[in-house]
Amino acid sequence: MANMAQAIRMALHYAEEHLGVTDIFGEDVGAPLGGVFTCTQGLKTAWNSPLDERGIIGAAMGLAMAGNRPVAEIQFCDYIYNTIDLLKLAGNTHWSTNGDWALPMVVRTPVGSGIRGSLYHSHSFDATMTHIPGWKVVMPSTPLDAYGLLISACQDPNPVMFLEPKALLRVKGDERIPGEPEDDRALSKMIDAPLGDRSQWKPQWPALEAFAIPIGKGKLVREGTQATVVSYGRTMPLCIKAASQLAEEGLSVEVIDMRSLWPYDWEMIKASVQKTGRVLFVNEDTEVTNFGEHLVRRTVEELFYSLLAPPRLVAGKFVPGIGLADALEMASVPQQNDITTALRTLCREQP
Amino acid sequence: MSRPRLIKENSAPLSLPREQLIRIHDLMVKARVLEERLIQMYKQGHGYFWIGGPGEEAFNVPLGLLMKVGEGPAYDYLHAHYRQSATLLAMGEEPIGALRQMKNTATDPYSGGRNFAGHFSRRSKNIAPITSPIEVQYAIAPGSAMAQKRHGGDGITIVTGGDAGTAEGDFASCLVWSSRPANPLPILIIVTNNKWGISTTADGQHGETNISDRARAFNIPAKTINGNDPVESYQELQAAMDYVRKERKPFFIEARVSRLYGHSSASGANFVNEEQDCLRLFEARLEQEGILDRKQMDEARNRYTEELAAAARTVRDEPQPSGDSIWDHIYAEKK
Ligand SMILES: Cc1ncc(C[n+]2csc(CCOP(=O)(O)OP(=O)(O)O)c2C)c(N)n1
Repeated sequence: MANMAQAIRMALHYAEEHLGVTDIFGEDVGAPLGGVFTCTQGLKTAWNSPLDERGIIGAAMGLAMAGNRPVAEIQFCDYIYNTIDLLKLAGNTHWSTNGDWALPMVVRTPVGSGIRGSLYHSHSFDATMTHIPGWKVVMPSTPLDAYGLLISACQDPNPVMFLEPKALLRVKGDERIPGEPEDDRALSKMIDAPLGDRSQWKPQWPALEAFAIPIGKGKLVREGTQATVVSYGRTMPLCIKAASQLAEEGLSVEVIDMRSLWPYDWEMIKASVQKTGRVLFVNEDTEVTNFGEHLVRRTVEELFYSLLAPPRLVAGKFVPGIGLADALEMASVPQQNDITTALRTLCREQP
Repeated sequence: MSRPRLIKENSAPLSLPREQLIRIHDLMVKARVLEERLIQMYKQGHGYFWIGGPGEEAFNVPLGLLMKVGEGPAYDYLHAHYRQSATLLAMGEEPIGALRQMKNTATDPYSGGRNFAGHFSRRSKNIAPITSPIEVQYAIAPGSAMAQKRHGGDGITIVTGGDAGTAEGDFASCLVWSSRPANPLPILIIVTNNKWGISTTADGQHGETNISDRARAFNIPAKTINGNDPVESYQELQAAMDYVRKERKPFFIEARVSRLYGHSSASGANFVNEEQDCLRLFEARLEQEGILDRKQMDEARNRYTEELAAAARTVRDEPQPSGDSIWDHIYAEKK
C-alpha cells in the first residue's frame, strides 16, 4: 500500500491530469528534489519558487484570480505564520466582494511533531487555521483519506488548507488507492525518484481513478458504546490503538476521525456523544485556545443533558516550543499513554 | 532615470490629439467632483470613512484609458490601492457606485456595504479587490501575470501602491517574482509617490534617490515621471505598457503625485494649499493653448456637480444590507 507522501503525489498527478491543476509550487517543490517530504516528485506542473512565503501565498491568490488552479506548498507550517494576513485576505475575498470573486486554490503544509524537528519544524497549525473564516481546512490521517481529500480540495471553488501530519507521511495505509498496483515495491519503482542523478527520470504513473472524500464528512473508525474519542492527524492512530487496548480491558470506545476541521461533521460527533455520553477530544496543538476547546464548548452547550461525564481535551502543552531532546518532545505533545489513560479515566467516571 | 522637472514639463506644448486632451480633462473633472462629493457625504455623516485620490487624477485617468478592459487573462488585471477612483472612472465605472460604497448600501456594486470607500472590485473588468492592508497587492499581482504569460496574447498585470508602502516586504516580493530570469512576468509595477505615509514624510521612510532606483537591482527598466502632468503620464504609461505587452517582461514606473486632501478622513480630509493641483495646472495649459475655454471647463464641472448631487440623493434612499446577509457569500458554490 502507498504511504501518505505517495498518496499525495498521486492525487496531485490525478489533479493535474483531470482537474485542471496548473501550478504546484513552493520552496524546493519542483525538480530535482520534489519537496522536502517528496510529495511533489515527478509532477509535470511542479516548480521551485523563491524562498518567500508571502510571495507563494500571494502568487497562488493571483493565479486563482486569473482562473488558474494553483496548489501552493509552505515547506513547514511553522513558516506560514508570516502570511497570516494574506490567508485572512484569501478567506474573505469572496465575502468582501459580495460573491464576485472566488479563489479556487489549495495550500498544503506539513504540521505537527514526530520528526524531532525542534522549535521550528514541529508546530501545529489547526487552531490558528480554524480561526480564519472563508477557508476549508482538512487533515487526513491515512493515505487513502489524503488522496480523496486532496482531490476534493482541488475541485473546490474556495481556498482549502490541506494540513499534512508529517509523522504520518511515511506510514503505509491499510487501504489501496484506487488504481495503485498491488505490489508496494512496484509502486515505489514507478513513482519514487531515484537517488542520485534524476535528470533523466520520469515517473510512470499508475492508472489512477477518481476518488473524492467530501470535505466536511468525518469517518466512524470504530464503533463503541461507553465513550467517544474524536481526533485527526498524528494523534488519530494513537486513539485507535488506545481503543483496541481498552477493548481488552472490557471498555468500549467509539473512534471518530474528523478528517475535515472546517466545515466539520458535527452530526457524526453529536450522534456518537448522544450514544456514549462521554467524549474525549485529542489533538497536538497547544491547548490554550485550541480547536478542541471549541468542540468542548459546543458539546457542553448542545449536548449537556446527554453527558455522563465532562467532555475532556488532551492536547499539546502550552509552552513556547517543542524542544529537540526526545524527552522534551514527548512531554510536549500527547503520546499513546496520555490518550489511553485519559480514556480509561473517562470511561470509569460516574455522574 | 529622470527626476521630475515640473515647471519645464508643465509649460511644454500639449502633445496629444485635441479630442484626447478633452477626454482626459473631462474624466479628471469627473473624478475630482466625485471625490469632493464623497468627502462631503462623509462630513455630512453619510459614511464612516473616506479615503481617495484627489490629486492623482493626472496619472490615474491616463492609466485607466490605456488599459485593455475586460474579464480574464486576455485583458489587463489591475491590482490597485485605495486612491484610484479616477482609474476606475476611466475604465468605464459609473461614479454612483462609489457613492453607494460610501453610504454602505446593499446596492454597493463593489462589496454590498461591506467595505470602505475606494475599495473597488470588479471581476468583469479584472479589477482585483482593493484591500486595506498596504502592499499585499504587490504579492498577489505576480500570480495573475504568470497566468497571463502562460495564456499568451498581450494582456498585462498592473499593480499600484503608495511610496510609504514600499517599505513592506511585499514590494520586494514583487520585484523578485517579476524579474526571475527563469520566468520574467508581463507586469507594470507602479508606485505613486505623494511623499507621505499618513503623517510620516518620505525622508522618515526611505533613503533612495528615486524609488524607481530599486528596480535597477533587479534589471527591471524603470522611470520616475511627473504624475501631475496628464500628457507625460499618458505618454510614459503608453510606452511602458507597450514594452510590457510586447516583451512580456516587467517595467517600473514611479509617478510623483500630490495628495490634495491629506491622507483620509482620519486626517481631516481638508484641502491642502501647498500641494500642486494637477487639474488646475492642466486647465491653465488647456486654456493657454486654446483647447478649452474657462466657460467650457466650468460647464463640465457644474454638470458633474449636479449629476453627483442627484446621485447622492438617490443613494440616500437606498436600503442598507440586512443583518442576516452576513452569512451570504462566505463560500463560493460549485458551478
Ligand atoms: C499593512 C498596513 N499597515 C498599516 C496600515 C495603516 N495605513 C493606512 S494608509 C497608510 C500610509 C500609506 O502610505 P503610502 O503607501 O505612501 O500610500 P498613500 O496612502 O500615501 O497613497 C498606513 C500606514 C495599513 N492599512 N496596512
